[in-house]
Amino acid sequence: MSDDAPTAGGWFAGVDPDDLEAGATAIREERQATPRDWPTLAVGSGFADDEREYYDILKEATTRAAEAAVSEAERADDRQLVHAIRAMDDCERTANELAERLAEWAGTVDPDAGTGIEYARELADGHRELDTDDRRIASLAERVADLGDDADELREFVERRTPTVAPNLASLAGPVLAARLISLAGGLENLAKKPSGTIQVLGAEDALFAHLRGHAPSPKHGIIYVHDAVRGTHPDERGSAARALAGKLAIAARVDHYSGERKPELEGELTDRIETIQARTGGDTAEDDIDPGDGSDDADTDARGGTDE
Amino acid sequence: MPTPTLAEVPMSDGSLPVGVERREFDGTERLATRGEPVYGEPTDGEWRAWNPHRSKLGAMLALEMETGLSGGESVLYLGAASGTTVSHVADFAGPTYAVEFAPRPTRDLLEAGAPRPRLFPLLADARKPETYGHVVESNVDAIVQDVATRGQARVALENRRFLDDDGRLLLAVKARSEDVTREPAGVFDDVCATLEDGYELLEQRRLEPYHEDHLGIVARPR
Repeated sequence: MSDDAPTAGGWFAGVDPDDLEAGATAIREERQATPRDWPTLAVGSGFADDEREYYDILKEATTRAAEAAVSEAERADDRQLVHAIRAMDDCERTANELAERLAEWAGTVDPDAGTGIEYARELADGHRELDTDDRRIASLAERVADLGDDADELREFVERRTPTVAPNLASLAGPVLAARLISLAGGLENLAKKPSGTIQVLGAEDALFAHLRGHAPSPKHGIIYVHDAVRGTHPDERGSAARALAGKLAIAARVDHYSGERKPELEGELTDRIETIQARTGGDTAEDDIDPGDGSDDADTDARGGTDE
Repeated sequence: MPTPTLAEVPMSDGSLPVGVERREFDGTERLATRGEPVYGEPTDGEWRAWNPHRSKLGAMLALEMETGLSGGESVLYLGAASGTTVSHVADFAGPTYAVEFAPRPTRDLLEAGAPRPRLFPLLADARKPETYGHVVESNVDAIVQDVATRGQARVALENRRFLDDDGRLLLAVKARSEDVTREPAGVFDDVCATLEDGYELLEQRRLEPYHEDHLGIVARPR
């Protein structure tokens, strides 16, 4: 588009008035910081015969643009997310398992063999040589490193996609935990229909059924254990914290599914409530090893979820 | 383009714009506009009731705030959501640009907009005016803002570029979007102080009993 045209910057610049798609694309993709008197400019440039016609074209083009954007956003659906988070878990679990095998094997030829996926990466990238001609160990290391990369990419995808699918849930729980909840419930709609008491123990099914069979205490929390609101609270009060968190997550899931609008106040309400709960055990509450980081990557909740109360 | 001098235009009914009237529905007097029904509101011929409980702007009009709206003006509506309020605006105003950020409600907005030829839906973020500055015309007569986000005053300042020098900003501030834990009064003070950077505040009023913890503001550019 030429800069000297009097219409420069307008959505209709360089667009054929009869080409609805081109107009819609320009509306969605162009940028312009300073508004101008577009109707007059459009008529002046011959894009439309008069203001009336300009507005008629604008109506069609904006409607088409909004429709396209809406249907695109709705295709970014929760099913994709469920598959991605499950694949991510599979990749991580398999990578870790193979890395363990690798460390054991490599330990027989390399006295300084490290552990984990990091060690596999060192071997795969050639930063570390093994004192053997056996390609089999190096090949296994490559497999582990690749799986680790896949898991990282899937995590990035989940972190990017969850806020589109469930904006409120993602901002309250963090994208990864939000995706896990959606996955455990079997979809956003299912999650939106669950009572908060169910969301509270999602992921602690073993403990829950042990309890229902009558030989275990009721679990206080499932996967939401990884949330700082629960993990950062003194064990005596974690039941309350989990209940409060699950309540807000249930609301967030419902808003995301049924309306899709942002409700930023949910975060403040949760913080407020959690502070009240944590204050019961007196100021400094976090007595165990919490990491204040993302807190979203701890699959080991089942056992701990059902231990006491 | 003619710029209506907003305050002086004679009104049909108190301070209501032309095209908005108080009419009787089932024995109660309610605000109403003429247009296709959108959300199951009661109708009387062409007229449909405008529920101030569901609309901040409706509440501002019901509370007789001096909105400066006279009917027929160009409007930039920020935070159109499902189109409840903006459909009424399009009924009495001229070209109405409706900006909404969330895809889900935009689907309903499209439906409300279908029978309204001068209601232009835009799926965009009101905090980023450069994403719709190539579509929304300059010198609109009124900006109506009802966005549930932090930094509502900043949104109003960012969008001042669209507003005519004699235009009006009609803003509904939601205290709970800024900070749920704070007293609304304090939040409102801060929002008003920030707004003063670009606007002269003409009138402010809490929107009770229609909306709790909301402040209605009428302002004009400085």
